Amino acid sequence: MANSTTEKTRTVEPPKAEAQPVTTMSVMAPAIAWLIPGAGHLIQKRWGRGILLMVSIFAMFLIGLALQGRIYKPNGGDILDMLGFVGDIGAGGLYIVTRAMDWGQGAIAHATADYGTKYLIVAGLLNFIAVADAYHIAIGKKP
Amino acid sequence: MTIQLTHFSAAVLFALFASIVFGITQRSETREMVRYGLYCFAMFVGGVIVAGWAMWILRR
Repeated sequence: MANSTTEKTRTVEPPKAEAQPVTTMSVMAPAIAWLIPGAGHLIQKRWGRGILLMVSIFAMFLIGLALQGRIYKPNGGDILDMLGFVGDIGAGGLYIVTRAMDWGQGAIAHATADYGTKYLIVAGLLNFIAVADAYHIAIGKKP
Repeated sequence: MTIQLTHFSAAVLFALFASIVFGITQRSETREMVRYGLYCFAMFVGGVIVAGWAMWILRR
């Protein structure tokens, strides 16, 4: 009797998630993917996906600059400026080069210039997704 | 170099690039990637057209 009660109250523990081993690729792929959009896929021999990601994110960022979009700086002071910076920094190397060359000053001369700013932010945010995807491929979670 | 885009062409380009990235990153199989990318593109562009008509109605 006591045994049956014990069996009824026994809880089934959920299977523990297996810790992913840290490999060189699991560190390098996201880092390179952030620095050069699409490169995290290319170094893992996902040629088609890598080139498409690279073309899309590069094109979006460059169109944003051509539309006279504004690049946010880390010390903007305003909370929305900081959020803009978080989006921009996702573009990695593109953001670094843009800041170094002093592009993206955002002289808003026409209505669609604000689209440029949004293009720049979204290019960075999309690269964050691409970085996560490169990491998932590196740890074997995604083919 | 600067370019000028209309509101619609800017929205369509945005939809194109975002859909490609969504399709590749959110699905595992190639066929599913293409399907999801096309779905996202249709939703983006459809949303733009619906929003455009909604604003046109509100303006009247």
